[in-house]
Amino acid sequence: MKRSHFAGAAIALGVLALLGGCAQAPQPVHYFATGYPAKLSDWHLVEARGGKLAPNTGVVPYDLATPLFSDYAHKFRTVWMPAGSAAKYDAYGPFDFPVGAVLTKTFFYPLPAKDPRDGKAVARTWDTARDFAPGTAHDALDLANVRLIETRLLVRRENGWEAIPYVWDANQKDAHLARTGDAIPLDLVDAAGQREAFPYVVPNANQCAGCHVTNVQAKRIDPLGPRARHLNHDYAYATGTQNQLEHWVKVGYLTGLPQTDVPRDAAWNDTAAPLDARARDWLDINCSHCHNPAGPANTTALDLRSVNTDARLWGVCKPPVAAGRGTGDRLLDIVPGKPDDSILVYRITSNEPGVMMPEMGRNTTDREGVELIRAWIASLPGTCGSP
Amino acid sequence: MRKWLIAGLGTLLAACGQGGKETPQGLSDADKAFQDQLQQQFLDAKPGTVIEIPAGVHNLDRVLTLRADGVTVRGAGSDKSVLSFKHEISGPEGMLVYANDFTIEKLAIEDSKGDGLKINDGTNITIRDVRVEWTRGPSLENGAYGIYPVKCKNVLVEDSASIGARDAGIYVGQSQDIIVRRNRAEKNVAGIEIENSVRADVYENNATGNTGGILVFNMPDLTLHGSHARVFKNKIIANNLGNFAAKGTAVASVPAGSGVIVMSNPNVEVFDNDIADNRTANVIISSYFITNFADKTPSAGYDPYPKSIYIHDNRFSGGGDAPDGLEWKALKVSMFGITGHFPDVIWDGYVDTKALVDGQYPAAQRICVKNADVEILNVDGPNKFVHPKVLKDEVHCELPPLAAVELPGKA
Repeated sequence: MKRSHFAGAAIALGVLALLGGCAQAPQPVHYFATGYPAKLSDWHLVEARGGKLAPNTGVVPYDLATPLFSDYAHKFRTVWMPAGSAAKYDAYGPFDFPVGAVLTKTFFYPLPAKDPRDGKAVARTWDTARDFAPGTAHDALDLANVRLIETRLLVRRENGWEAIPYVWDANQKDAHLARTGDAIPLDLVDAAGQREAFPYVVPNANQCAGCHVTNVQAKRIDPLGPRARHLNHDYAYATGTQNQLEHWVKVGYLTGLPQTDVPRDAAWNDTAAPLDARARDWLDINCSHCHNPAGPANTTALDLRSVNTDARLWGVCKPPVAAGRGTGDRLLDIVPGKPDDSILVYRITSNEPGVMMPEMGRNTTDREGVELIRAWIASLPGTCGSP
Repeated sequence: MRKWLIAGLGTLLAACGQGGKETPQGLSDADKAFQDQLQQQFLDAKPGTVIEIPAGVHNLDRVLTLRADGVTVRGAGSDKSVLSFKHEISGPEGMLVYANDFTIEKLAIEDSKGDGLKINDGTNITIRDVRVEWTRGPSLENGAYGIYPVKCKNVLVEDSASIGARDAGIYVGQSQDIIVRRNRAEKNVAGIEIENSVRADVYENNATGNTGGILVFNMPDLTLHGSHARVFKNKIIANNLGNFAAKGTAVASVPAGSGVIVMSNPNVEVFDNDIADNRTANVIISSYFITNFADKTPSAGYDPYPKSIYIHDNRFSGGGDAPDGLEWKALKVSMFGITGHFPDVIWDGYVDTKALVDGQYPAAQRICVKNADVEILNVDGPNKFVHPKVLKDEVHCELPPLAAVELPGKA
């Protein structure tokens, strides 16, 4: 099943399945070794049916301790691998996934509880309580309560990973290929009913690489989320709650998981966790795909990986290199104790292209994330030197 | 086959537009169709692909990103084929390139929110007859860099122009083997800047109306330390624009009215230029310490002092008569009177005392001027301008000329 002409057959089968209606049993997952199938449903990974977005058999949902901020979108992630194949554990980097592995990430919003469903209003909330279909743990979304926006696929092919974006139709029945991206006008509505209009930007396939190529020399697309430290916590599966890494081992998707010393991120909004860990892990997931020693932002010498222990390189008392107006007239990336004097705070607060960080992937401000970083910088000791 | 593919995808995109989505702002349907088709070409480019930009003004609302090696992007002329990013919502660059063997020519990039043309980590980069411009003129809203190859090897920037950048117009950073020639830089904070780069020839350019004309800078923290730059046969005239850079950036410390600035960069030869009417000074040689950085603790391995600087055979006229900033103004008046002017070359006076032998740098590390009657003003920066001094014979010396840069396959 690794020849491209099977893709045509698969599309035909998909059409037949649609014609046949929902009574028919789901098709097995179809891995396309080449090409860009026109519809998300061609893959049979996650499908909208019976009022739910549900993963197919063998498609395992997962989440991250601290996720990338994407304009308050919630994300439903899944992993699938061909029978008999597994990813190899790595303590820091991405796992070594087998050819044929497919990751999906569906971006969606809870609909506001009260507001009219006008096609634009989506909820500004971190609360996931209404996301999932009742009685199914966290393994299917409740389409009565959420709006699906896009599903991005990362497909491990012979020559490496490929990013394939799909955008959901307004009727929420299927998603269509959108390699050149899209822009969708939405209104974020907060608990008090305040609205913020913004364009939700679906990246094009080259922009996908803007984050997923973490080494500019290697130019290789890598998954960012499914790494040991981001996955090392419990998930509510249909079969019961279990540590995600252990679950991957159990279902045969992961080999080499050590018994001890598996790194573990803090959840950014877990107030029981140390402030320093929450802030550094938030910066790691939001910034380090570019701000690492081999990444696209290594031109700036700012290294925001959580494993970097050199405070100067994560910005403390460091002058900017190529910030332009992104400095906001501040002089240093991080001034200990002074969030308002720190360029980093200015840039993560702004939502103006050319100033804001990350440079793409958002058009609104992560208010709670900014508060976290402000509190962390306020807590940092020391002062910056002079000659 | 390719046309069929694009047509097919177009149909699909149209199909998924049925949900009543609209472009949030700015672009007409024709612009949007052009952008989709152009984005598709950037996505599908392979070695040998030539992407043609037809004549006309094309409005785009997101960055054009290229990741394939061996691609040429070609317009009909930098005054004819215009990519306008006035309505940009996702970028922030105009064009962002991660590729080797890249050529871009005969087009303009206007009004991007961030940098105009950024090329990151590429080898064999040719930029020819490209204009990057912020059409509103100098403004706090403009992007930082116009033409911006960074971490590249074998870079040719020629017959191009940058206008209105809030940092540097033509900026080559952290790169090796560079030729920047016959370009025009106007109304930028820095006209042309070579930063943390090794082996650069900057010649036959016209830098006028910027805050600073041509800069050779070496900054701390970065992995590549700059050295070897030749700045020659340029016209560096009347760069007196008020500094509109954001504070905290390296160029925010550039005084309006600077012709050439060499900061902390060793092995720089400035010769055979026409340098005139730059009202702070025609040439400034400075250490990292004179800048306004809040933290002046240089990183490990970084030499903050300019060494082996050779200024010779330039044609100077005017300039130095109305320096920027109160301290400099006061210094000028007290030393040279209301109607007088600074010498053509100013040096901040910071000396690496650890490198001194018998009270001066070894011959090969000196700052030398061999330029008829030209004097250097040591402004005594370390003592806050208390004992400034005009130097002439002390700096009259010669250094061996630097080698010309050679790029493979370029004459």
